Amino acid sequence: MFFEQLLFFVAGFGAIGGAVGVVVLRNPFYSVLALVGHLISLAILFLLLTAAFLAAAQVVVYAGAVMVLYVFVVAYVGGSEEELRPEAKGLLGAFGPLFAAVLLVELAIAVIGSSLSTLDSRGADVGAGFGSPGAIGELLLTKFLLPFEAASFLLLIAAVGAVVLARKRRGLEEPADAISVADLVRSDVGTQKEAAG
Amino acid sequence: MSVTDWGWAVLLLPLAGTLIITFGWRVLPGRLPGFIGSAAIGLSFASAVAMLLALLDRPEESRSLVDSAYTYASTAGFEADMAILVDPLSVLMCLVVSGVSFLIHVYSVAYMESDRGYTRFFAYLNFFVFSMLLLVLAANFVLLIVGWAFVGAASYLLISYWYRRESATAAGIKAFVINVVGDVGLVIGAFLLFDATAALDFATVFERTPEVFATNDGQLVAACLLLLVGAFAKSAQIPLHTWLPDAMEAPTPVSALIHAATMVTAGVYLIARMHPLFEQAPAAADVSAIIGATTLFVAATIALVVTDLKRVIAYSTMSQIGYMVLGVSVFAYGAGMFHLMTHAFFKALLFMGAGSVIAAMGNEQSLDRMGGFRKAMPFTYATFTIGALALAGFPLMSGFFSKDEILAYTFNRGGLYVILGVVGYAAAAMTAFYAFRMVFRVFHGEPVPEARELEGGHLVHADPVNPATGEPEDTDVGFPGSEHHIAEREAGMKAAMGPLALLAIVAGFVQIPGVTDVLEHFLEPTFADSHYVHEHPSDSAEWLGLAVGALISIAGIAGAWFVYIRQPGTTGRLAERFAGVHDFLASKWYFDELYDRTVVQPFAATGRFGRTVIESAFVQGVIVGGTVGIVRAGSSFARSIQTGELRAYAALLLIGVSGLVLYFLIVAS
Amino acid sequence: MDVAWFVVLSAFIFCIGAAGVMTRRSPLVVLLCLELMLNAGNLALIAFSRMVGNHEGQVFALIVMVVAACEVVIGLGIIVAMYRRRLPIDVDRMSELRG
Repeated sequence: MFFEQLLFFVAGFGAIGGAVGVVVLRNPFYSVLALVGHLISLAILFLLLTAAFLAAAQVVVYAGAVMVLYVFVVAYVGGSEEELRPEAKGLLGAFGPLFAAVLLVELAIAVIGSSLSTLDSRGADVGAGFGSPGAIGELLLTKFLLPFEAASFLLLIAAVGAVVLARKRRGLEEPADAISVADLVRSDVGTQKEAAG
Repeated sequence: MSVTDWGWAVLLLPLAGTLIITFGWRVLPGRLPGFIGSAAIGLSFASAVAMLLALLDRPEESRSLVDSAYTYASTAGFEADMAILVDPLSVLMCLVVSGVSFLIHVYSVAYMESDRGYTRFFAYLNFFVFSMLLLVLAANFVLLIVGWAFVGAASYLLISYWYRRESATAAGIKAFVINVVGDVGLVIGAFLLFDATAALDFATVFERTPEVFATNDGQLVAACLLLLVGAFAKSAQIPLHTWLPDAMEAPTPVSALIHAATMVTAGVYLIARMHPLFEQAPAAADVSAIIGATTLFVAATIALVVTDLKRVIAYSTMSQIGYMVLGVSVFAYGAGMFHLMTHAFFKALLFMGAGSVIAAMGNEQSLDRMGGFRKAMPFTYATFTIGALALAGFPLMSGFFSKDEILAYTFNRGGLYVILGVVGYAAAAMTAFYAFRMVFRVFHGEPVPEARELEGGHLVHADPVNPATGEPEDTDVGFPGSEHHIAEREAGMKAAMGPLALLAIVAGFVQIPGVTDVLEHFLEPTFADSHYVHEHPSDSAEWLGLAVGALISIAGIAGAWFVYIRQPGTTGRLAERFAGVHDFLASKWYFDELYDRTVVQPFAATGRFGRTVIESAFVQGVIVGGTVGIVRAGSSFARSIQTGELRAYAALLLIGVSGLVLYFLIVAS
Repeated sequence: MDVAWFVVLSAFIFCIGAAGVMTRRSPLVVLLCLELMLNAGNLALIAFSRMVGNHEGQVFALIVMVVAACEVVIGLGIIVAMYRRRLPIDVDRMSELRG
């Protein structure tokens, strides 16, 4: 019990520290590393919640694959040091964090407030195999078969999209020929600004 | 065929003529539309004669027949059908209208020949005759108003027939606007009657009038005065008379038809038809009589000085209609309708003669430039003089008997009507004078160059110009044709003018006081319900009146002879000496200027005010501009949110989420 | 071991991620903060799954992970394409939705 609580606080601090690091650190590379730390802390928290399979998936997929992808991109793009000053213009710079704080307060009230009575402190009694791959797998193939298949479809689309986005013509690198972000985001009828005149 | 079947034939044959000409105008060659139109009216006249004979076959009590073709609307309290009323009054009007129209059609076949719009002319003319017959044969207010409006429209079409002349279109508009004023009066008057008697057909309204209205009841007087507004607009009585002289912009056959024989008599017909109403509201009848007398006097004075030949005849029409209005307003219905009939004959004849003269002058209409056509145009001279004699009321001509009968009845009413009678005789003197003013100035005296050429056998052919302004024109569609047709050379014109001249002479004999009583006897069934039907002046009084009238007429003619033949130049000296009076009369008693000042300018000013203040400043500026401004401001505010910046959108998202969470918090607690 | 603590922690992380999205200028870091928010959601889901006692929350969290992975792929692909086009990698300069 004590060990669990200790572990909770350690992992909690790790998660929060990682999160703060992501937001605060100027160099994007460092932000990526902070996020990796955050993810691993989260994995520990998952374990504390007897979600073993998910903890493993978190480490393998998220921290392992997704973050590695991030690292590659940061290396390629070469994230430079950003300016120290708050970059947002005017209102946003001042109130950005404030809005987040407001949201936090609300959520805290929501959780800790009167609705807390619905939260069972200990949680339901669960059997030994709770959170095991077998249990999750069984659900994935019976009750949640459709979301499972849809998720795989989504992955396919994402892969195709990535290929389309990143391809370049063999030998030709003229801006006019290749697809650009501007082309991607521009709609057929022009921006609202153009339409409004 | 029953009487009413003939009635429908009379009504529908001109309509058939119009439709055939209108829809077949591309395929009908040359003069054929003219023949079709004339044939339609000729058949209509024949049907009218048949209708007359069939009616006479019936006993006198049952000579008022209504036939309904189709019930237009039948609801609680409102019944209107397409029904015609055949009784002696409408039969008389049908005969006059269709007969004179037929002769005018025959005249026009020759007269309008070189006009590029020949077919259009006959389509319009037939349509006009149809409308007039509809008006006359209507058995209820609905059809009466329909016919009334159609006649106004047809008159507009015909007055602005030469539509490329601005003066003609302006005159057409003027006539139409004044007619519409009359239409409004007629409709409101009809409505007031419907409101009280809950019926629209004449028989029922007349039956219920004595029950519903007391004598001189306010609503009835108002209704009658409104009907009079309609009548006076159509018949060109003061104050709604200003359109008639301008309407002389129309081709001469149109003037003959519309402004002599048919349309202007619609008002007289209306008053005669509505006689039970007017007898129940004598105040309105008095108003009508006074206006009739005033008009006949004023118009006669103006006719003494105007120089355009057709306008002299137009004012003479106005004056003679004044006599008719006076006649039916003193409840002398037979006399009024008699004068209507004889006037149709001699006035149409005068216009036809004038058309011939104007053609000889190469479309010049001013009396100042005419003279000495006696030798060059003998037929025209003869018929025109016959018409002038009838107009002047020369003894034994038709006008003599009819006009003096009206005045005899007027004196018979006594009281203040004697004044009206005296005015009538004064105007009769002036009538005789100006009738022969025309004759002497046009046909006597030194022949003008056009007349000399015509004596030599050569019809003058000048470049086409607008007779009033002198602007050059061409002879294409919308302007008069290139050829001029005079009676001496056209058999058609002679065929029309001859019978009219004959009728102008003999038509008076149907109603010689004490001897023959054909017309009044014929009309008796219609006017049997009148209180005044037996109030005749005595025979001796009538003979006295005839004698006085004869003397006055001869005096007038003699005066004209003296002024124009014996001592030419007298009028010039008189005009100089009494310049003020002359200007006053020549400006038509300044009615046009008065209307311009009191009606036209205020309306124009209101329009300008409406355009600049209400429309531009208020509606465009405040309402439209304001709405647009508000929408623009609102949408530009909304647009300012669309900055395109990702982070701003994210912030908005989060604000929204916070809001939602807050809401759920509040709801849950 | 209050499940509630996990939920509070999740809220905390979520708000940190939200602040990061609103404040940072590099799209790379914005995407990272997006990941933070997603993970916070996952944490909450798993906590509730533990509380209720069935696996549905965990399956949900798994699918969320899949979605996050796809989104990262596409997002990074866009950034790479932008870099290739020599466009500035700056969220404030990408304002073509302006209207």
